Amino acid sequence: MKNHVLRPLFVVIGIVVLILLARIVIVPKDFGIGERGYMYAWYRKSNEEDWKKFKVKYMGREYCKDCHSDKYDAIKQTPHAAIQCENCHGPANDAVSEHPSDQRPKLVIDKSRAHCLRCHFPLPYPTSARLKIRGIDPDKHNPDMECSTCHNPHQPMEGLK
Amino acid sequence: MISRRKFLKNTALGIAGMGISLSALEIIDPRKLFAEVAADKAAVRWAFLVDTYKCVGCGLCVKACKEENEVPYDANVTRTWVERYVLTKTGKLYADTPKGARDGFTTDKIDLNADGIKDISKEGIEKAFFVPKLCNQCDNPPCVQVCPVGATYQAADGVVLVDRKWCIGCGYCIMGCPYGVRFFHPVHHTAEKCNFCYHRITKGLKSACVQACPFGARQIGNIKDPNDPVTVAIRTQRVGVLKSEYGTKPQVYYIGLDEEVR
Repeated sequence: MKNHVLRPLFVVIGIVVLILLARIVIVPKDFGIGERGYMYAWYRKSNEEDWKKFKVKYMGREYCKDCHSDKYDAIKQTPHAAIQCENCHGPANDAVSEHPSDQRPKLVIDKSRAHCLRCHFPLPYPTSARLKIRGIDPDKHNPDMECSTCHNPHQPMEGLK
Repeated sequence: MISRRKFLKNTALGIAGMGISLSALEIIDPRKLFAEVAADKAAVRWAFLVDTYKCVGCGLCVKACKEENEVPYDANVTRTWVERYVLTKTGKLYADTPKGARDGFTTDKIDLNADGIKDISKEGIEKAFFVPKLCNQCDNPPCVQVCPVGATYQAADGVVLVDRKWCIGCGYCIMGCPYGVRFFHPVHHTAEKCNFCYHRITKGLKSACVQACPFGARQIGNIKDPNDPVTVAIRTQRVGVLKSEYGTKPQVYYIGLDEEVR
């Protein structure tokens, strides 16, 4: 074959070889077919570990129990027993872990009316559990006041403060 | 000129040839085969159970999810959300999910976006309920199959994850998901989705939304463990899945799923 035909062919072959070499360097060693097969698991295996290392923020009520046993026990006797501490007090881990006890930032408690109304705005939907929760009309029931001014969220059935 | 013998012979061969299915001619990749066998032996396959009767639409699950998974709180994107469905006595259906129900449903007015706010009287409601939504971690995930770079994949335990380092942000998976659970992460600029709180379930904790739900409307479990409460419920109760007609084999099961839910 003539030289002017072969030369571009060599160039193309050279480019392909370069791409293949670059691929060896760029593609991580653990990139390949996982347990779910090529169709569903063609990926970088170490990414699973990356996700497992993601920081946990919501610790659950058992985490609060040791220091705040009074509140932990009190709320257990009430209809609010099912509500996690962190649902109102905010995620515990950011504030508590990695800080010595005297330097801990305070948790931000959501005392807004809107927060209580998540459940206590009356929505009498016939096929929903929301029907059974007692509600108030926020426009008529002491508007502009925080619920916790009168009601104790840890002991909502004990009467007003 | 074709002889009768040749004609019959060719006809018989042709029919026999048509009888062979295409799969019989496929060259088997041993790696693929081993992978399929290994997958069957996995001891864990995460599945989710939602009881729509128990959901009251408080949205504490959405709040917990956004904070746990560092999804920007005020951006209008979320890994999980709660939908409200209201069917009127006149046969009309209204559904809304303001801010993904991050702040719950604190009004009886229905937010129809561009169509304005709809006020339905108590007496006009035939049935109404809340439906939490999240990634279905499908057994046949279309989002994984459309990824051109191998950035999204299914782990052996069934959870579909996104590799943020590998994602090029093409958005095919976001278009490919029939449930609309994927979105762009406003900070990382990569595809983002619910992963059942992979960092929690692999440590023995419950997903953040499951833990935050005061009513037990959300549960997560291992469907390969026959004694897991979630497995027992799926096996013994009347459960449904979303959009089964798509063939995605979703693994989020719903108790009390209504025909109107999409």
